Amino acid sequence: MPLVLELRGITKAFPGVLANDHIDLTLEEGEIHALLGENGAGKSTLMNILYGLYQPDEGQIFLRPRNRSVIPASAASRDGLVEVKIHSPNDAIAQGIGMVHQHFMLVPPLTVTENVMLGLESTRGGIFLDQRAAAQRIREISQQYGLEVDPDAYVRDLPVGVQQRVEIIKLLYREADILILDEPTAVLTPQEVDRLFSTIKNLVKQGKSIIFITHKLREVMEIADRITVLRNGRVVGTTTPARTTPAELAAMMVGRQVDLVVHKESLTPGEVVLEVKDLQVLDDRQHLAVNGVSFEVREREILGIAGVQGNGQTELVEALTGLRPVIAGEIRILGTPVTNANPRKILEKGVAHVPEDRQRDGLVLSRPVHDNLVLCTYYLPPFAKGINIQEDTIIATASRLVEEFDVRTPSVFVPASTLSGGNQQKVIVAREFSRPVKLIIAAQPTRGLDVGSIEYIHQRILQKRSEGTAVLLVSPELDEIIALSDRIAVMYRGRIMDIVPAKGVNREYLGLLMAGVEASEAAKVAPPTIGVEEVERVF
Amino acid sequence: MGEERKDTASTQTVTQGKQPAKGARKERGILIPPAWQTLLLPVLAVFTGLVIGAIVIVITDAAVVATYRNFFRAPGTALAATWHSIATAYGALLYGSLGNPREVYEGIRLYLSTGDNTLFLRAIWPITESLVAATPYIFGGLAVALGFRCGLFNIGAEGQLGIGALAAAWVGYRITNLPAFIHLPLALLAGALGGAIWAAIPGYLKAKTGAHEVVNTIMMNWISFRLSDWLLNGPMKAPGYRPITPNIEPTAALPRFFPPPIRFHAGFFLALIVAGIVYWFLFKTTLGFEIRTVGANPDAARYAGMSITRNIMLAMVLSGALAGLAGTSQVLGVDYWVGQGFTAGYGFDSIALALLGKSHPFGVVLASLLFGTLRSGATRMQSLAGIPIDIISIIQGLVIVFIAAPAIIRWLYRIRVERAEEVVLTRGWGK
Amino acid sequence: MATTAVRAQQKAFTLGRSQWLGIVFLAAGLLTFILFGRGLEAGIKTKFGLNPGFASQAIPIPDLTLPTQPTIYALVLMMLVLGVLQLIRGFRFADALLGVVALCFVFAFLTWAARGKSFNLVGMLGSSLVRATPIALAALCGIMCERSGVVNIAIEGIMLISAQVAVVVATVTKNLYLGLAAAILSGAIISAFHAAMAVSFKVDQIVSATAINIFATGATSFISARFLEKNTNLLNNSGTFRIISIPLLSKIPILGPIFFENGVIVYLMLILTVLVHILLFYTKWGLRVRAVGEHPRAADTLGINVYLVRYVNVILGGMIAGIGGAYFTIGSVGRFDEIMTAGKGFIGLAAMIFGKWAPFGAFASSILFGFADSLQIKLQILRVPIPSEFLLMAPYIVTMIVLTGVVGRAEPPAADGQPYEK
Repeated sequence: MPLVLELRGITKAFPGVLANDHIDLTLEEGEIHALLGENGAGKSTLMNILYGLYQPDEGQIFLRPRNRSVIPASAASRDGLVEVKIHSPNDAIAQGIGMVHQHFMLVPPLTVTENVMLGLESTRGGIFLDQRAAAQRIREISQQYGLEVDPDAYVRDLPVGVQQRVEIIKLLYREADILILDEPTAVLTPQEVDRLFSTIKNLVKQGKSIIFITHKLREVMEIADRITVLRNGRVVGTTTPARTTPAELAAMMVGRQVDLVVHKESLTPGEVVLEVKDLQVLDDRQHLAVNGVSFEVREREILGIAGVQGNGQTELVEALTGLRPVIAGEIRILGTPVTNANPRKILEKGVAHVPEDRQRDGLVLSRPVHDNLVLCTYYLPPFAKGINIQEDTIIATASRLVEEFDVRTPSVFVPASTLSGGNQQKVIVAREFSRPVKLIIAAQPTRGLDVGSIEYIHQRILQKRSEGTAVLLVSPELDEIIALSDRIAVMYRGRIMDIVPAKGVNREYLGLLMAGVEASEAAKVAPPTIGVEEVERVF
Repeated sequence: MGEERKDTASTQTVTQGKQPAKGARKERGILIPPAWQTLLLPVLAVFTGLVIGAIVIVITDAAVVATYRNFFRAPGTALAATWHSIATAYGALLYGSLGNPREVYEGIRLYLSTGDNTLFLRAIWPITESLVAATPYIFGGLAVALGFRCGLFNIGAEGQLGIGALAAAWVGYRITNLPAFIHLPLALLAGALGGAIWAAIPGYLKAKTGAHEVVNTIMMNWISFRLSDWLLNGPMKAPGYRPITPNIEPTAALPRFFPPPIRFHAGFFLALIVAGIVYWFLFKTTLGFEIRTVGANPDAARYAGMSITRNIMLAMVLSGALAGLAGTSQVLGVDYWVGQGFTAGYGFDSIALALLGKSHPFGVVLASLLFGTLRSGATRMQSLAGIPIDIISIIQGLVIVFIAAPAIIRWLYRIRVERAEEVVLTRGWGK
Repeated sequence: MATTAVRAQQKAFTLGRSQWLGIVFLAAGLLTFILFGRGLEAGIKTKFGLNPGFASQAIPIPDLTLPTQPTIYALVLMMLVLGVLQLIRGFRFADALLGVVALCFVFAFLTWAARGKSFNLVGMLGSSLVRATPIALAALCGIMCERSGVVNIAIEGIMLISAQVAVVVATVTKNLYLGLAAAILSGAIISAFHAAMAVSFKVDQIVSATAINIFATGATSFISARFLEKNTNLLNNSGTFRIISIPLLSKIPILGPIFFENGVIVYLMLILTVLVHILLFYTKWGLRVRAVGEHPRAADTLGINVYLVRYVNVILGGMIAGIGGAYFTIGSVGRFDEIMTAGKGFIGLAAMIFGKWAPFGAFASSILFGFADSLQIKLQILRVPIPSEFLLMAPYIVTMIVLTGVVGRAEPPAADGQPYEK
């Protein structure tokens, strides 16, 4: 198939890091080209350059010329492609390039129509908005590509899967031929992922070309026509699913042999550490986010809570850690009721909390590493005598923890903001795991981290499990849950749909639960267990 | 790492490894190591402010402007007039604030030889006045700085100051027959308490409802003005027709060290001691650790178990108490009575001081000494050179702008910086 | 045990906002009765003047004379009934009803305060609108800025400077309209500075605004002391905009004198309220502004220049604030006094928040504040036994109450106050 896009020698440096190092990439018409790499490999940077949000330091972009507003920089062409300079998203859009970002670029208080036409508004007399014309066009696109949306709905009321459709419609509204999708499956249930893939195949049938950015090997094998692997800003190789395996891809991504399988020893669970009964919690908009949840977590076991983000997991974790009021139900830790206790009391009971948003909730970025390491314990001896802070003890302990938990930092005195994401998470883990804890609540502990850090954190969690700690793991990454958990609970719209043993669990069954199908119905379609196999971590 | 930062919707805007604007703009200029910058920036800010102040003085001086009409024919006259105008103004400023070293020397010599101290006293009068003026600034600056440390913008220092002064005055003149070592601390306590209560209201509103303290403290200011109007014309009015309180009892006064007209009083040393206490509190205690954490990142503070409500209340109350002490020190040490409008300007001055001193107690002390010097000098500048005292407010506003936007100073003086680390103090309308 | 404890908490919890409002209505009714409904002499009447005090185009109508006691009782009854209904059923428009109850309270108060005397209601409503004008203009400026994501508490300083500029230019050129134009220009310039600080230098927006306020206070007082006091007739005596009656519309009784017989600045305020509303919600520019204020990055990815949008909006807002500043001098007293804005800029911000960042909401809130303002003057005339200083506090206390969100919290634009980093 003819080429529609070529990137040649794209190089981009930020202070301290070479994000893209002379990258070459081609895209054929009607192709689904996956860009694979771990977090921090440079995928998003490359696509942001293509979309005009960044400017490359070196390198060229070649495109198939469009009839309208071509901005040729030189006459050099190859395969009928012309070099262009893309200075801004406006240029990219004019060239027929569209991008759906990992974090949606939708304005929640506005309607679908307003979001779609933003920047390319239909107007009467050039000033007044013509919503009807735009809505009409949206309906046409909806029909043509099978992307159902209600143009008058407010984006904030739409479920995530539908919001993604709006994002795609935005691109089609601007007649994009090259669509860049950045980690589109991060927020979808398995069923929605299937739906997305069929949408993508449909788009391709109608002549569009797709660049699909991801770090998930499974997806790449399923949908890509070609795969380009990036590592540390460089292209490591280009191949097709037929000619490679997940293990090989993982090795290319990370640069060494990666253990895709999590080695988990079989342990007998002990006493009940966390007991939750009929819990009800409201969200910020006074709706019921947690609706009668019950479960227990024992010593030496990991209970994984699976489910797409936004089904009450965040509110559940907040309720368990005392950060959100409980309106009904009970929480007990080691038999002691702690419902609506204040957060400090819960921490003192031996609970470690690794929060979902490490930069906002887990660390004080402007303060030195050593202060962050005692954020929960600064008021206790030996770090404080009465109200006096013992700085030397803090610094000594901090230095010890940094060593023990392999935190890469020039010293304990630098602000936490200077650390990389992986090391920031290690600081939080060091702080939480070094306390005498009976229960660990970890919410998305490996989000946005590089493979090395992910491995390290998984290993630490398993180690704590062996030591007798109970672990509650909340993650939207189904593979992580399946790999680490002993038992898996699926949350949907604030309810636990079912709790099943992790050994030999059937992904399809879990997927149905995550989409809201009742357990009894789901079991008819897919059995909960499919036999004991070695479970792959697969990032 | 540009990629990972997009993960969070963090409201902290600590810029790390920010990429340069489109097409890396090469910055030219003098490279100054970051350690020097902390000191250099405030100094340059003040200097630039003074320079602009000088320009304002010149262009509003009708006589000087007149000479410029003939600039091309007699440039020397114009320049001489300009220089003369500036020199008179700033000369008065300098003399009014620090005095003349030679006079001091003469005064000491006279005293040593004859035991006559009148010349000495006259010579040190300007500098003692500067210290007297600096005293309420130290308290006020500490008040606002403490608030900043907790992420609170306490513009209400002026109102808290006024209420504190009234409370202290009331205790000072109402209660009689108490020995000084009880009466004075009692009056000081009353003043601190008055300011603390006045700040507790917006503090409570912020802690419980998230109402932004900026507007609320300003409203409290205006309410305090009306309240003091009423008090000074009614219940607290001294006999006579002036709306002022009666004089306080001598037992409630802060002791002075020199005979009149020198007004230098113990409040200055009290201020220094309090600055030391605030330093210890903020940086060496668990309470201070919490307050600073809440200020730096309230979300993380919550997650770590700290009580945001308690810390906001504590910070506001302490801040109000410090502001109350600012007013108290004036009443008990300088005037001995309270009249209308005596708080004018202190509130905004305190903000400038906290910013100039980078919210650090020691920085605040230094900045207060500077401002006190400027203010007392400005009074002389007004009487000697006829420059309205408001010029100081103009300079202040400029200084704040320069401190808040160091980029301007850097651009002006072509200073390059290694890494930009600006921390945003506030986050819009309280969530 | 713990379960029952939480159940009890749950029951207490269902005493939600709806119920609280019902209790508030009831309390208002009771308070009205206690304060105003007792000890009234039988047969005493309150006369509400319905014709404006000044020479007006309006068709004269007879004054409204109400028997004091029955009127107050009727109002109390209405409040109590609303309260009971709200407690039991809860209305959908409970917030609007709160306004109704507040109106009843105020009307009862007026009926009581003016018992046996006459009270020019139309005059007071008219003066409420006039006094609301600077507040409403300040609120509009705030809306323009904050809707695009820039917090602007420097409105007070901008108005102060514009007030001085307006009067000086108007005096020197003997032309009020030139003064107005100069005020608009000065508003634009100062807000351009704030925009530069906030958008390009990414300074803390509250700090830079405070700097402007300090500078404004100092500069205007400096100029006032240095020049204006000595040369009043040359520089500080401009006269004011005359009242313009709109033909035909001003003849309508009650509404005519209030809305259609005013100075230029009041008319500008009314027109701008409508214009800003149309701009924000019906135009292409308005859509972009709202997007930039809520999710600037989304707008950026669609090719919208976030910086430009913010700059333009802040400057336009500054121009509106300039008009607001001009009100104080050439729209009101014809001369400049130090710090004459007296916190109106901040009250305007409260009106903006109360009005949920929408022009009409802010307008309604401004009327409320203007009403409080003109009320305290009227009360002094009526010799109500409350010291005038306390009456003067009223607008500020009302502002604080409003800000606590007891009348419903609204969310500011999501990106408000956050500098945008590309």
